[in-house]
Amino acid sequence: MKEKGWKEIPIGGIILEAGNAEKYLTGGWRTFRPILDKEKCKNCLLCWIYCPDGCIIVEEEKTKGFYYEHCKGCGICANVCPFDAIKMEEESKYQQEKSKKESE
Amino acid sequence: MMAKTLAKKILALTGDETAAEAMRQINPDVVAAYPITPQTEIVQNYSQFVANGMVKTEMVRVESEHSAMSACIGAAAAGARAMTATCANGLALMWEVLYIAASYRLPIVMAVVNRALSGPINIHCDHSDSMGARDSGWIQLYSENCQEVYDNLIQAVKIGENKNVLLPVMVCFDGFIISHETERVEILEDEEVKNFIGEFKIEHSLLDLKHPVTYGPLDLFDYYFEHKRQQVDAMEKAIPVIKEVGKEYGRLSGRSYELVEKFNMENADMVIVALGSTAGTIKATIEELKENGIENVGLLKIRAFRPFPYEDIQNNLKDKACIAVMDRSASFGALGGPVFLEVRSALYELNKRPLVINYIYGLGGRETSVEHIKKVVEGLNKIRKSKKVENLVNYLGVRE
Repeated sequence: MKEKGWKEIPIGGIILEAGNAEKYLTGGWRTFRPILDKEKCKNCLLCWIYCPDGCIIVEEEKTKGFYYEHCKGCGICANVCPFDAIKMEEESKYQQEKSKKESE
Repeated sequence: MMAKTLAKKILALTGDETAAEAMRQINPDVVAAYPITPQTEIVQNYSQFVANGMVKTEMVRVESEHSAMSACIGAAAAGARAMTATCANGLALMWEVLYIAASYRLPIVMAVVNRALSGPINIHCDHSDSMGARDSGWIQLYSENCQEVYDNLIQAVKIGENKNVLLPVMVCFDGFIISHETERVEILEDEEVKNFIGEFKIEHSLLDLKHPVTYGPLDLFDYYFEHKRQQVDAMEKAIPVIKEVGKEYGRLSGRSYELVEKFNMENADMVIVALGSTAGTIKATIEELKENGIENVGLLKIRAFRPFPYEDIQNNLKDKACIAVMDRSASFGALGGPVFLEVRSALYELNKRPLVINYIYGLGGRETSVEHIKKVVEGLNKIRKSKKVENLVNYLGVRE
């Protein structure tokens, strides 16, 4: 997204477009990444209720995973899960794997 | 013409009563305020207007000045015309939110009754409160007397709400010297004020559910700088707006206003630069000197300190021999007082620069009389003859 100059943006730091936080990707803030164990998950959706960023992917009332572009890795989902179906893993491991794949 | 002059409403009011009267005629949607000496009578009188049903204002009795300004910000963002008043430590407690009001571009108007900041605690006049807030992004108008308190408050609404400006405005006046002194004040008709200021229509209201807007989101290294650049631009755009509103107000009231006021400047080669009530003392001194045949002393009164009228300062002082700048606040560790620093800096661009000295005076309400101003004139005379500034910063009326 090209950043705009001071004459092109609304004054007062206001945001005129409702819900545009979706465009602001915050996944890079993450130190720990939630990983779902689908065997253990009972689809109770407690994680979906508690997630402060709306990052739990739910399809047909079933937990499918996480929106990693926005998940900040707070770990609330793992903490509230009654079935120990979400574990937090170090993000750096995934980033290393990602850069390894990219360089291949 | 004669009939209009006769019909003029003239009242005997203190500065605080004048401010309350101007606010009554402005009739803002919201006033959120907390009382503090010597501003208390503004809030007290205004509360009576509210209690008597004379205004439509929602009066918010808050628990602190921080809350007063915060409530004004919320109200203004919703589209209300919001006003408040404070002084000294009250202004200091508002500090954080002053910047927020300015950066959200909300044209709140606030009467600031100038009082010394603690400590040691002092309730009397100096400009340490509003001078400290000079970089907060607020327009600052300084008033010489009760009439100017009235005129500035009414104009402040129109200046701040101008769509090219959209900045909050402080109308400053000296604690006790103006706030508690009774003077003759000419008052406009309620209808005239109402028509002059018009209605406040905010472009993006927090309460407009059809067009939702977010005020105050996080603004990091990607856009914060651009928003600050916009504020600088708004201050620059306020300069012609203040002049235009001053002219328009002149057509209505017979009293027009500029960024600065000149007094005996055409005859002067020595000029005193001042703001606030001391400008009146300087005028009286100049009149007395003229009666004694000394005609070469002038006054350049700064009405708008923010935006700073650098062009007017240059144009009016470029041909003068020497300048004394009066500061009713100290800027500890700086070269001199805040007015001095900016006036002297504005003159730096001139090919031929006048000699400039600084007088810090009247701190904590210390009496500043005609006799004191005569000492300033003596100092100027010395510089004019020797063409040298020996003491750049002088302390007028302090005991050695």
